[in-house]
Parts: sequence; C-alpha cells; structure tokens
Amino acid sequence: MWSYTLRRVLVTIPTVWAVTTVCYLLLHITPGGPFDGERKVSAAVLANLQAKYHLDMPLWQQYLYYMKSLLQGDLGASFRYADWSVNELVAHALPVSLTIGGSSLIISLVLGVVLGIVAALRQNSPIDYLVMLISNMGSAFPSFIIGPVLVLVFSILLKWLPSGGWDDFAVSYMVLPVALLTFINVSTIGRVMRGSLIEIMNSNFIRTARAKGLPMRTIVFRHALKPALMPVVTLLAPLAISSITSAVVTESIFSLPGLGKLIVNGAANRDYTLVLGLVVLVTFMTVLFNLLVDLAYALLDPKIRY
Amino acid sequence: MSILNVSNLGVQFRTNDGMVNAVNGLTFELNQGQTLGIVGESGSGKSQSVLAMMGLLAKNGTASGEALFHGQNLLTMSPRELNRIRGDRISMIFQDPMTSLNPYLTVERQMTEVLELHKGMSRRTAKKRAIELLDAVRIPEAARRVNMYPHEFSGGMRQRVMIAMALLCEPEVLVADEPTTALDVTVQAQILSLLKDLQRDFGTAIIMITHDLGVVAGLCDKVMVMYGGRVMEHADADHIFYRPTHPYTIGLLGALPHLEANDDELTSIPGNPPNLAHMPKGCPFAERCTHARAGCADTIPPLVAIDGGALRACHIPVAELTVDNKEAAHV
Ligand SMILES: Nc1ncnc2c1ncn2[C@@H]1O[C@H](COP(=O)(O)OP(=O)(O)O)[C@@H](O)[C@H]1O
Ligand SMILES: [Mg+2]
Repeated sequence: MWSYTLRRVLVTIPTVWAVTTVCYLLLHITPGGPFDGERKVSAAVLANLQAKYHLDMPLWQQYLYYMKSLLQGDLGASFRYADWSVNELVAHALPVSLTIGGSSLIISLVLGVVLGIVAALRQNSPIDYLVMLISNMGSAFPSFIIGPVLVLVFSILLKWLPSGGWDDFAVSYMVLPVALLTFINVSTIGRVMRGSLIEIMNSNFIRTARAKGLPMRTIVFRHALKPALMPVVTLLAPLAISSITSAVVTESIFSLPGLGKLIVNGAANRDYTLVLGLVVLVTFMTVLFNLLVDLAYALLDPKIRY
Repeated sequence: MSILNVSNLGVQFRTNDGMVNAVNGLTFELNQGQTLGIVGESGSGKSQSVLAMMGLLAKNGTASGEALFHGQNLLTMSPRELNRIRGDRISMIFQDPMTSLNPYLTVERQMTEVLELHKGMSRRTAKKRAIELLDAVRIPEAARRVNMYPHEFSGGMRQRVMIAMALLCEPEVLVADEPTTALDVTVQAQILSLLKDLQRDFGTAIIMITHDLGVVAGLCDKVMVMYGGRVMEHADADHIFYRPTHPYTIGLLGALPHLEANDDELTSIPGNPPNLAHMPKGCPFAERCTHARAGCADTIPPLVAIDGGALRACHIPVAELTVDNKEAAHV
C-alpha cells in the first residue's frame, strides 16, 4: 500500500510537468501580452516591465527560470497585481474555495447517500419520486439559473441571507453558495447511489443473505451498503474537480474572493503567471483527488490489493 | 415423519407480456432425512418452486397454494416469522458459488452472522463453529482460511463454503439449487459425495435441483420431473431410472451418457422448452413428444397414480411406452 502510494505520488510529477509546459507554450502562442492594454505605455516603461518579469529573455530561458521557481514552490509574481506574488493571491483565495467546496462536498455526500438509500429501498414510492425529481432538477438546471433563484428567494424576498460577498468566513455569507453547490452535487450522488443500491439489492449475494434469514437492516447496512458505495466513491474525484470549475460560476454569482474569481480575473487581465499558477494548482489537486479516490477504493474493496 | 408438505404450489409473474405461470400445481412431501430430486431442463420452474417456499421470489412474482413446514404455511408467513425459519431450519445453496457469496465480507463474517442471529452465539464461539463446519466440508487449513474473502477461494471451494454456511444451524431441510452446475466435472463429483456424507452425518433432508439426471442417480430417494412449470412424473428414484413411464423422462434418460454407448448415440430431446408466456393449451411437452397423438395438444393430462404408486401426467397409456422403456433402462 505504501509503496503503491509512493509510486502514485511520483507519477504525478511528470503529469504536472507536462500540463504546465503545454499551458506555458499555449499562453505564449496566444496573441496579446499582459501589458497591451487600452492605455499605451511608453517604450521605456514597457522595456522596464519586460525586464522585471524576464520577458526580454529568450523563451527557453524564461521557461527554465519559471520551472526552477516552480520546483521551489514559487508560482512567480503576478503581472497585474503588482505588489502580489501568485503564491500570496492563492493563499488568500484557496481557503475560501476549499471551505465552500469542501463543506458542500461533505454535506452532499451524506445527504446524497441517505436520499439514495431511502429512494432505492422504497422504489417507486412517493419518496422515491420526490428524490428523483430533486435529482433531475439539480442536473437539468445549470447553476447560473439555480443560483439567482436562490438569491431571489432567500435574499430578496425573504431577506434571510446576504445575496453575495464575503466577510471573513462568516457563515451567513457561505450558506447560499454552499447550498447551490450541494444541490447540484446531491442530485448526482443521490441518483448514482439509488441506482447502485437497487442493482446490488438484486444481486445473488443479497439473495443469499435473505435466505439466511437476516433482517432487512443487516442486509442493507452490512451486506449492500459497501458495494453500493463503490460507484459513489468513483464519482467523488470528478465531482471534487468539477467543484473547482463550478466555483468559477458560483464565485461570480456570489462575488466570493476564491480561486474561481482569480481564474476569471487572471484570464481577463492576461495575467500569465497567475493563470499558469492556477493551472498548476488545479492539475495538482486533480491528481491528488484521483489518488485519494484510488486509495479509498483499495480500502473498501478487498479484491484490490496494491 | 413428514417435515414439508407442499400442495398445489403455483408461481405467477406479472410481466409486460401478461401473467406468466412459471409453476403450476406442484405437490410433494418431504420426510426427515429424505432426498428429493427435482429434475428438468432449464426454464421448467425448478428454481422458482423452491424460491417461492423461501420467500425469495422476484418482486413481480407471487406464490399460491400451500407449503407447510411442520404445519405452518411458509407462503403466508410474515417476513419476521419466515426469517426465524430460513437460514436456521431450512437453508439453501445456490447454483453460482462465484456470485452467491458477498465479495466484501470475509467468510468468517458471513458464517458467524448466521449463528449470532439464529443461535445467539457470541462471535468467538460462532467462529469456532464455523471452522468446524469448514473442516467438515473438507476445506484444508480452515482455521486460517476462515478469515479470507470469497475471491481467495476457487469455485469448488466457494461452493464448499456455501454448503458449510448452509449447514451451520443443522437445518432440517437443505435446498440445493443446481449446486454443481457451475463447477467442472471432477469437482462436481466431490461436491455430490460430500453432500451425501453430510446428509448421513447431519440427517438433513435435501431437495436437490438439477437439470442433469446423472446427478440425482445414487443420491435421491424420490425424483420429480418437471417440464413447462408442471410435474411430468414423480416417483421413487429407482422407478424413474429403471421403469420410467413418461416420454419426457425417457427423453432425459436418453440424453444421459452411459459407459457402453458410443458418443453419437447420445440423444438429446429435439426442440426447445415452451415459452411460458404463451403456453400451449394441452400437454406442454406435446410439441416435442415422439409419442404425441391427436388429443395431446388439446387437454392438459392430470397427474395420476399408476400401479406401484408412481405419479405421471401423460395421455399415452404406460403399456404403449414399454418398448422404449427397455431401451432407456440400461443407465
Ligand atoms: N422475475 C421473473 N419474471 C418473469 N418470469 C420469470 C421471472 N423469474 C423467472 N421467470 C420465469 O420462470 C421460468 C422458470 O424459471 P426457473 O424456475 O428459474 O427455471 P429453472 O427450472 O431453470 O430453475 C423461466 O422460464 C422464466 O421465464
Ligand atoms: Mg434454476
């Protein structure tokens, strides 16, 4: 297990390197530079700026320079936020995104699994139809529709919660964004859990368990739950990663100072180092989530031994 | 002493094609320590008959008739009452040992839970007992292997685990639904002789389901031959093997390989079993029966006793089948 984990961690290095390099080159090919704005800067200032950010060096030197700092964990200086390094920007934004994304993922995991179990065990009952309805709504409506509806109901009509913004992790500002992400995640987790539990409950080994005279409770919780959870675990990596992308929309809707906001700003400002730094970060997190899911899989499934 | 009294058992399934009568008018009696074979081609309703008694029918299925276990009707019991009987006094082993054990639980957990539930044993005592049973079904190094997961056992070993698990509470009835079908021939023979020994040691009555008459030879006291959801012939094993009186039984016997015959003499019954959703209105076997005559396809032959106590459902008088009997008899 440990050697497997170590091997998997080592494999992440070439992955992160390849993604970074490709993005680095793509950003260079893309027309337009960080200092081409509406307001022209004089040639002397431009030369100064380029020297400051090493843009006057040949490409390969710039690249090596970037990679060297990356190895030391330094994502470089932001082109736009002159006094900020990308590391500092990320350090401010990451906790916001992690809190919102992480808490919604945990809540939706618990909620989705419970709803999925209830729906599967009461197949074709009103409860089942309700769960399926919620779940279909969550998948059918995009977050940029559900989000404003939440704001309309809870901020404008009921005036219970702020419509957006951020106040140093104050819960009231987190409720709506978390609710939005949870709604979307629950719909996926609930549907997968329901389907997988129904399938497991029809399997041969559950028939054996019933033939043994075990009560329903034991059959579900001891015999069916673990195998039924496997597809949900598989789902967690893509869900966690899509939480990052959906953060772009969510954080824009609720004006949250998280990674999503940084990505949008970085792209709009042609802030090369910022965008590249975020790409590296997201790649790293993706690889990490996948590793965690594989480890969880090994923990749950006795047939998998690394 | 009779333990199980089944009368007029029927199984119906609601399907998109309408009602399917998978089992009709099944009647039999099982005595203590006796072995009953249920034989028939696949799809003849063997599994559904016993699943109905165990309360294990699919959601779209219902059972009718009576299945009295010591006078109590299994078909009308509440799940709670049924759960006190199944796994404890009646237990079952299934055709496919590869999928019938839970891959996520150790053999120890899957065995001890039965004893904890029905015998109120502690897990520790239950584990000791589980190891004894694994020994009894001749699994080597039982004490070590009890802690393993099913995928660490071969197919034959898994079926042994299933058998050990079914015998934990020393049930009065063991239902074995094609326990050897998924296994290769040598393992098949081992499992059958194991069942025979266990029956001698435990005094369990067995219902042995198979599509292969060869399996019931030497194991069963009584044999019930099923076709299209109905009983065709029901008699002592010797009668079935040496004096079969139903064309379908004779056909099944003809499909058995025997030593002195060469391979091309092996005759299987031509044609296919009927579609239960569109049953013919007469004898279900008429279409494939070499003896069939005018009236056969029109009315269902009743199951009636002939001399010697055997039951048969056929329009053709026994006397007219004698010639074929002699041919089939040298099994
Ligand atoms: N859930 C179901 N719905 C409809 N028909 C079923 C269902 N389960 C079994 N059957 C029908 O019952 C018939 C008998 O099945 P079964 O008893 O399993 O046959 P076998 O003799 O091979 O064990 C099959 O032909 C099948 O068409
Ligand atoms: Mg069957």
